[in-house]
Amino acid sequence: MKKLLVLGGGTAGTIVVNKLARKLPKDSWEITIVDQDSQHIYQPGLLLLPFGTYEPKQLVKKRQSYFPRNVNFISARVERINPEDKKVYLEDSRILDYDYLVIASGTTPRPDQTPGMNDPRLWYKSVFDFYTLEGSIALRNALKEFTGGRLIVHISEMPIKCPVAPLEFIFLANAYFKKRGIREKVELVYVTPLEGAFTKPVSSQALGEMLDQRMITLEPDFVIEHIDVETKTLVSMDEREIPFDLLVTIPVNMGADFVARSGLGDELNYIPVSKRTFLSENFDSIFVLGDASNIPASKAGSVAHFAIDLFAENFVEYVQGKPMKHDFDGHANCFIESGDRKALLIDFNYDVEPLTGKFPIPVIGPLSLLKESYLNHLGKLAFRWIYWNILLKGRYLPIPSLMSMAGKVQVSIMEKEKQDAHN
Amino acid sequence: MPTIEIAGKQVTVNDEGFLTVYDEWSEDIAKVLAAQVDIELTPRHWEVIHFLREDFKKEGESSTSRHTQTVGGFPIKEQFVLFPKKPAKKMSYIAGLPKPKGCV
Ligand SMILES: Cc1cc2nc3c(=O)[nH]c(=O)nc-3n(C[C@H](O)[C@H](O)[C@H](O)COP(=O)(O)OP(=O)(O)OC[C@H]3O[C@@H](n4cnc5c(N)ncnc54)[C@H](O)[C@@H]3O)c2cc1C
Repeated sequence: MKKLLVLGGGTAGTIVVNKLARKLPKDSWEITIVDQDSQHIYQPGLLLLPFGTYEPKQLVKKRQSYFPRNVNFISARVERINPEDKKVYLEDSRILDYDYLVIASGTTPRPDQTPGMNDPRLWYKSVFDFYTLEGSIALRNALKEFTGGRLIVHISEMPIKCPVAPLEFIFLANAYFKKRGIREKVELVYVTPLEGAFTKPVSSQALGEMLDQRMITLEPDFVIEHIDVETKTLVSMDEREIPFDLLVTIPVNMGADFVARSGLGDELNYIPVSKRTFLSENFDSIFVLGDASNIPASKAGSVAHFAIDLFAENFVEYVQGKPMKHDFDGHANCFIESGDRKALLIDFNYDVEPLTGKFPIPVIGPLSLLKESYLNHLGKLAFRWIYWNILLKGRYLPIPSLMSMAGKVQVSIMEKEKQDAHN
Repeated sequence: MPTIEIAGKQVTVNDEGFLTVYDEWSEDIAKVLAAQVDIELTPRHWEVIHFLREDFKKEGESSTSRHTQTVGGFPIKEQFVLFPKKPAKKMSYIAGLPKPKGCV
């Protein structure tokens, strides 16, 4: 029997065991998956929960019920990997061995990385994250009680998972306060270490304009050094100061600590791999999927899904000693909630930045790219059903794994249109 | 991509003025690039620049501020003093390396 061991039973781990349990012959493969807990959280829902869209119980399901029957589940924390001996040490002192290892342990927010951030006088009192279930619930309660003042949405450091989530949060906050009739009592400020609203030029401009239209102040190039607990102020490395009444922060995101203990990660515990095949740069029996790797793509469930479609094909070739023929292109596809039941859609990869245009989907019809629409909002809500019923189970989704240029307006054409408009 | 003349040498740059060919860089060019962003290079600046050049050779991509702190030993706070306002961008610019990927 060959042994495949998967560390982490979140989005990526669950998809991969579902795919490979179907592809690998049952009589010669034993598949085992390890996770530290039994609660699978639908993380995209954590963005909407603070605004009352979901109740916590709608976002949590039992992890095991998403694994196929012929996959072993071990509930334990991983302590360390010894890649030379192909052994994994669990915290309960069990030792597992493997022929092939898939690391899918994700990334988590670390408020302790910024001095002052998780000070008990502030944390979950006036400083919140929404990247955890506890944070998202605490924030919902704080928003309900908020009657006016300075609300800051803040990114500590890139990369973070779902890099559009903080922008979505501030758009939704704008709509939420409007609906409560207190928008003019709330000052909204978006603080980011990036040069603009987002990473890539075309989308950064479009999203920057959306901040302007909503009277949201943008504070770019802000790299936080600490939070002054007494004065409730963000202080940057170059001594800029931004005071707040309510801070919604995305703490530094880091990969799992066992990665660091095993000597496998970079300074944020992300594991270096080939960005085309996810094979470890250092060990030929280790692959890394989802947020845990260092590939220069968005850390998003959609990316994990596209990536694993190709990985599953490659893995079957690889274990037969054949070359891997299915290269990943960094395809990401994200809905961006913009408030008032509208959303945008962006679609991009390693080489092509998010562009405007239309995204073709059979049956549902084309969705607008980088432009707000009600249909995109429905797409975002539908994603929860798709996540539990199609995505995690590794079933077929009518969206290609590699990005397509069909329907996209290329920058050269956009520039020509702009010129034509001037003439 | 356009080529321009810096310090008497033809170099290839992208539309933001970042050098695109590793070996076209020289210390004389670095001085000119630094002057363009109002920085006068001290020995400490050179230590950072040489670290970035070496690190790029090893890693194949431009160092982030955190990597420069953890691996190079230059605290982020000091990077802001040496290369004010946008250290990661300015450091790569002067060292003749690609703009660090604004992580997607
Ligand atoms: C607020 C928010 C909104 C988001 N919105 C979207 C969206 O709209 N669209 C989208 O595509 N993506 C979105 N994402 C991102 C998406 O949720 C993640 O990219 C995705 O879940 C990554 O999957 P993963 O398997 O790599 O990590 P995870 O799903 O986080 O799974 C990692 C697993 O590893 C386990 N683990 C970690 N360490 C250990 C250990 N030591 N021992 C045992 N087990 C361990 C954890 O318990 C966890 O179950 C959002 C994320 C957040 C936080």
